[in-house]
Amino acid sequence: MTFFNGIRAGLSIAIGYFPIALTFGLLAKTTGLSMWEATAMSIFVFAGAAQYISLTLIAKGVDPILIVLNTFVVNIRHFLMTASLNEKMQPDAAWKKAIYAFGVTDETFSVLATRKENNIRTSFAAGVIIISYGSWVVFTSLGHIIGANLPTFIKAAMSIALYAMFVGLLVPSMKGNRKVIYLALFGAIIHSILYWTGLLSTGWAILVATLGSAILVEILYTRIEKRLAKGSEA
Amino acid sequence: MESWYWWMLLGMALVTYIPRAFPLTFLEGRELPPIISGVLRNIPYAVLGALIFPAILFVQEGNLLFGLIGTIAAFAIAFAGANVIVVVMGTIAVLAVYSLFIG
Repeated sequence: MTFFNGIRAGLSIAIGYFPIALTFGLLAKTTGLSMWEATAMSIFVFAGAAQYISLTLIAKGVDPILIVLNTFVVNIRHFLMTASLNEKMQPDAAWKKAIYAFGVTDETFSVLATRKENNIRTSFAAGVIIISYGSWVVFTSLGHIIGANLPTFIKAAMSIALYAMFVGLLVPSMKGNRKVIYLALFGAIIHSILYWTGLLSTGWAILVATLGSAILVEILYTRIEKRLAKGSEA
Repeated sequence: MESWYWWMLLGMALVTYIPRAFPLTFLEGRELPPIISGVLRNIPYAVLGALIFPAILFVQEGNLLFGLIGTIAAFAIAFAGANVIVVVMGTIAVLAVYSLFIG
């Protein structure tokens, strides 16, 4: 039952991955990768931004070692996400966690971490991840095979899908919860500043903005709570 | 492509998997100091803010208005109380209509 709930919760990710994976398959083809090479990258890496960047770097003839290093930098933010997710997941055998850890992306993390319940079942996470991963892999292949893009206006409209999903996940938690509003706001502001000043590359910028906002708001709230506790003592 | 591609893929797979797997397996069953677990519980909302902005404004290169309309549509539908899939489909529909007739 919970597995199928997971599949349902992951549906918006699968829809959002469709145009991105399709375009990735197509771009991989024009970069000179075979269908298997392109699909294998989606099967073994499963990280949208890093895969896109790697195509650009392959086309430029960049040293493969640098491509691997860049992948690491772009994906280091998942360290923060899985550390956070660990607080919400049901305790389970390490080997099971090691398996579903592979499927933690920005999108699957967001769907799982914004759940209201505090003990997310492993089977639920498996459902979310399997439908997302399936969409990513299948549409990568399809993009390479058909080698054509969606009509421009559909593709343009669908480019918003994952961001709309993030908004749809964030807003219900924002209602009546000022802490969530501050967290999202500071995360957005810090990331925007880092983006426009060009201080950090994307991978680091998201990591720094997230951690900065999470720490700042936590300190702010512990202070307020302390002051309130003092006030009630007096 | 030659064999270097597959070695590179192996490297990419490892450096992507390790940051994902390490916290989930290593932190299992460990009690963290309250301040740390407080910060970790904040991560989802902070990361959503950072993932949405500013990138949502740039979904169409050189067309800020497109991103802005999408942003407003998504927030409006979400604040109206729709669930995630409706927010996604609704925002896509708004932008499809916009780019078909205007953009």
